[in-house]
Amino acid sequence: MESVKSADTLERPVKLAIKDIVVGYLDKQSGHTMVAVDKVTLDIREGEFVTIVGLSGCGKSTFLNAIAGLVKHQHGEIRVNDRIVTGPGMDRAVVFQKASLLPWRKVGRNITYGLELSGMKQAAAREKASYYVNLIRLNGFEDHYPHQLSGGMQQRVNLARALACDPEVLLLDEPFAALDAITRELMQNELLQLCEKVGKTVLMVTHQIDEAVLLSDRVVIFSSRPAYVLADIRIPIPRPRKSHIKDSEEFRRLMNEIWRVIEGNANIGGGI
Amino acid sequence: MRKVTVFPKSNAVKKEKIISSLLGTSVILLFLVSWELLFQFRIVNPLFISAPSRVVLALITIIRDGSLLQNLTISGQEFVFGYGVAVFIGFPVGIMLGWFKLVRAAFGPFIAAMQATPRIALMPLFIIWFGLGITSKIVIVLLSAIFPLIVNLQVAMSTIDNDLIHVARAYGASRWQVFRSIALPTSLPFLITGLRLAAGRGLLGVIVAEVFGGAAGLGYMIQYAGSTFQTDKVFAGVLVVAFTGITLDFTLDRLGHHFDRWRGEVASH
Repeated sequence: MESVKSADTLERPVKLAIKDIVVGYLDKQSGHTMVAVDKVTLDIREGEFVTIVGLSGCGKSTFLNAIAGLVKHQHGEIRVNDRIVTGPGMDRAVVFQKASLLPWRKVGRNITYGLELSGMKQAAAREKASYYVNLIRLNGFEDHYPHQLSGGMQQRVNLARALACDPEVLLLDEPFAALDAITRELMQNELLQLCEKVGKTVLMVTHQIDEAVLLSDRVVIFSSRPAYVLADIRIPIPRPRKSHIKDSEEFRRLMNEIWRVIEGNANIGGGI
Repeated sequence: MRKVTVFPKSNAVKKEKIISSLLGTSVILLFLVSWELLFQFRIVNPLFISAPSRVVLALITIIRDGSLLQNLTISGQEFVFGYGVAVFIGFPVGIMLGWFKLVRAAFGPFIAAMQATPRIALMPLFIIWFGLGITSKIVIVLLSAIFPLIVNLQVAMSTIDNDLIHVARAYGASRWQVFRSIALPTSLPFLITGLRLAAGRGLLGVIVAEVFGGAAGLGYMIQYAGSTFQTDKVFAGVLVVAFTGITLDFTLDRLGHHFDRWRGEVASH
């Protein structure tokens, strides 16, 4: 299949527009409302792959949950295709760190779960999901139960479940963090190829800098809590990319650049 | 493409199984033979202990004269009605107690108190209210069987995986959809356990209620045989009750395995 992506994503229409959002949460110990995400503004264009990196606990997952509509934001607005987000919806699909497949459903019906929730009949859902089942190479596994699959395979099912809904924006919350190092690298490569094929708009959260650089068009660095945007770095490595770009000078330079920003913030804020 | 391989059970495992079932059978046989010998050699007063051979004869007699079937039918009716109503009420009540915090807060203490009350102690009241007939027994069965169901389903609701609910919500599931696609499947194994416990308690309820204040049924038959020193008939009755209990439990266990396939090897013992 031909690559849909090109370098000039800057000229594409904005798919996900986040303006000035503030997310607070109630700290149960002190009883005070704490700010997790502090006035973040971010535009993600169609087909763009944007990754947010930051120290763990910096509020990046909360930010992603707010975009998913699972957490309420106190200020600002989130728009997908210019429609304001008020709660969870089929225009966004989330892949969490844990595969969280329904253990009593076979793989096939796990993949169609999101579609079934949207009211689609089982047969139609299977039909619609089949493209991604093939793409993620899960065909032949539809009749397995989740416990029969390895962690990597489970996470692929999780990804297929999200893609089957054909969302406008795909949200990935540290999708490979629970996998072992080897499986993680394999999955990164697979996601890289997958995204270049389908050209989805993706917002990912991770604390793996190399993962961020490999996959993204832009890497956004969050400060430690409360999170605001420290830097928004373009990754100009041309696509299609192969995993061996990790050995290149440019890759290392970009990783360094990102690392310097994170390190600088950690030193100032003492946020480790 | 990768395939999931299921290894055949090794010979050592098979051998172990055969040996353990042989051991189990021989202990039972030893028990029966000793019992028969105690009777045949008049070591213990035969009036008190009867013997396996006498029990079998008694069993044949009550089958032939139709009294077993008659009593079994009455006990069966009491059990089926009481158990049926217990499931019909216990399932939704248990789910609601587990699912809605406020319902639990409101009815939890009341149900705990009810559960702690020994049901059979209320039998005199039930006889006053409902008479010596089938109704008072049904109430006892109902009250015996309903609590294991309520408790198990309530527990089931508290074991629901929060991550799954999180996922369902992320895909825009309504509260009803979360309930149907996650809470209900989670509750199934607990329902089976509840059904098994309830069957045991219900059966006990039938027999005790009939022994205590009955005019018909297996329990009454046992009680009557006992008070007229027909020990062989007592044993025959007990045997029928035990057999019914085992059959019920086995059937429900099979049913449980049927709904438990997705769990794989871990829980399939």
